[in-house]
Amino acid sequence: MAAAQPTPSRAAPSWDEQIRWRLARGEETALGELYDRFGPLVHGLAGCILDDRSAAQQLTREVFAHLWEHPDAFDPAQGSLRSWLGALTRRRALDRLRLMHTDGRELRARATAARVQYVVESLPDPLRESLAVTYFDGRTYQETARRLGISEQDAKHRIRLGLELLAGELCEEETAERAGRTKWEQPGAGRTDAAGAGS
Amino acid sequence: MSIDGAQHETLRSLLGAWALDACPRREAAEVTQHLADCPECAEEAARLRDAAARLSTDDPLDPPGALRQHVLDWCLARRPAELPVPPWAAPYATESAKLDALLRDLGPDEWHEVAELPWYGGVQHWRPAEVLCHLAAVDGLLAPALGLPDPVAGAPAPAAVPARVPPQNVLAQAAEPFEQVLPRGGGQQGGGPLGVLERTGRLMADRAGSGPAAVRAMWRRQSHALVRGAALKANGGALVDFGFASVPLRDAFVDRAFECWIHGDDIARAVDYPYAPPVPRHLRSMIDLAARMLPLALAVLRRPQPEPAGVGGPAPRGRVVRLVADGPGGGEWLIPLDGPESPPDHAEPIASMVLDGLDFCRLAAAHHGPDHLMVGEFGDRAAIREVLRAAPLLSRP
Repeated sequence: MAAAQPTPSRAAPSWDEQIRWRLARGEETALGELYDRFGPLVHGLAGCILDDRSAAQQLTREVFAHLWEHPDAFDPAQGSLRSWLGALTRRRALDRLRLMHTDGRELRARATAARVQYVVESLPDPLRESLAVTYFDGRTYQETARRLGISEQDAKHRIRLGLELLAGELCEEETAERAGRTKWEQPGAGRTDAAGAGS
Repeated sequence: MSIDGAQHETLRSLLGAWALDACPRREAAEVTQHLADCPECAEEAARLRDAAARLSTDDPLDPPGALRQHVLDWCLARRPAELPVPPWAAPYATESAKLDALLRDLGPDEWHEVAELPWYGGVQHWRPAEVLCHLAAVDGLLAPALGLPDPVAGAPAPAAVPARVPPQNVLAQAAEPFEQVLPRGGGQQGGGPLGVLERTGRLMADRAGSGPAAVRAMWRRQSHALVRGAALKANGGALVDFGFASVPLRDAFVDRAFECWIHGDDIARAVDYPYAPPVPRHLRSMIDLAARMLPLALAVLRRPQPEPAGVGGPAPRGRVVRLVADGPGGGEWLIPLDGPESPPDHAEPIASMVLDGLDFCRLAAAHHGPDHLMVGEFGDRAAIREVLRAAPLLSRP
């Protein structure tokens, strides 16, 4: 396992540019690779906000179809594809809830939950994994270290850094919201995706 | 109470774990006590606690496996692809994506489980990352036909390397019939490529220092590249040398899809996860490939057996068995019994056999024995037994 990165990369990765180019020229394989990389994220966010399996699947289809039909709608200079898809998914999911006359407090609660999920999912793999193993499975950091085959020092470090990044993102968002716009419209954090195709 | 700088740093490093309630009781008490005296740590602790409180114990909903195809179909109906994936590469694209989705869900412990991979020569016992090395090593045989690099160091083998793998491998004896009898079309490789276990072993050795995530990324990168190669510049008729036979690229992709499914299922069994069979139209092309390969396996099966003593007359020729695969993706195939050459069009089958299509695939993968299958048999039962015994010879590790 590679060492944890101190912060998520903010530069637009060339993978984003390549995939946009391939989508624009109509490569079916680009569509498949796009889904393989971001399908779980888009579907997870849609499910988190909509709380409805079939609606989440429909929205997933729509989000990918939108990019497939309008590859130029995404501009790598403005931020990562990950954050762009996250924003599009969240916007459309919240639109649906509004159409169903969901009240404002509920909307905000679901939007925040989706935001947290997005940030956690976007953490570098070693940090996300350490948080997940510790928190979701209710372990001590020593157990986490043993389970992941890392030192206790590393486990402590990764947990702390992961929470620190999460706190930072949430804080930024709240500041932005007070200023009348959401963090989601801004270029967001990229991510080192070990399992994704290389660029 | 004042503490020194080293103690402060030690306690501070625990703040994340403390915020998640992941410290042992004694350490947690020390941190709590320290927070009362140290505003700097108290401020950070409050921030981290707040962030931790936002975490939800609900795992994000995993997309159902079938969603991938639905999303792709939905998109392609709205805007057809200018550079589509050829139909013969589609099963591999789907099966590799399905396996990758399984791998995404594997926890650290599950990467240590050992999967059993039966084939007719024995059973391999491999961890998931080793299975991926195996898949990548054999998938790599398709790479040259697509202008892609071979992932196995030192391959393709020079002519001086013997076609057979070293004798300590179970493959050496078991694969002998194949290597001596099955046609080696093309033959341009001279001594032939390395055996699949040799290739697997080399890639495993090469990746021994890598973690599962890196091995998964290596396998996935190649599987994406192969499908893209097929979509961009494939000549489906280009020959791929599998060692025991040369097959057209379009068949080689179906073969790799088949193995990706079977071994994905092997991993899923080891970690006790569900694993769906291929969709009907992909399953059909896998059954079709196995049915077309059967005459080769029948030839292997028959080779060591001398003509039965006392039976006069010439050996039977041109006999055909009808294979009916039941269930989704099923169909009918005529299997020539007495040689790979096509039978005359008018050949009347001497027997018909009906079995479930998935069962037939698992038989051809040596994951089912021929004696434990539900088979409807009509006509010459000996001929049917022969087909059932031959099918597992198609399997490889």
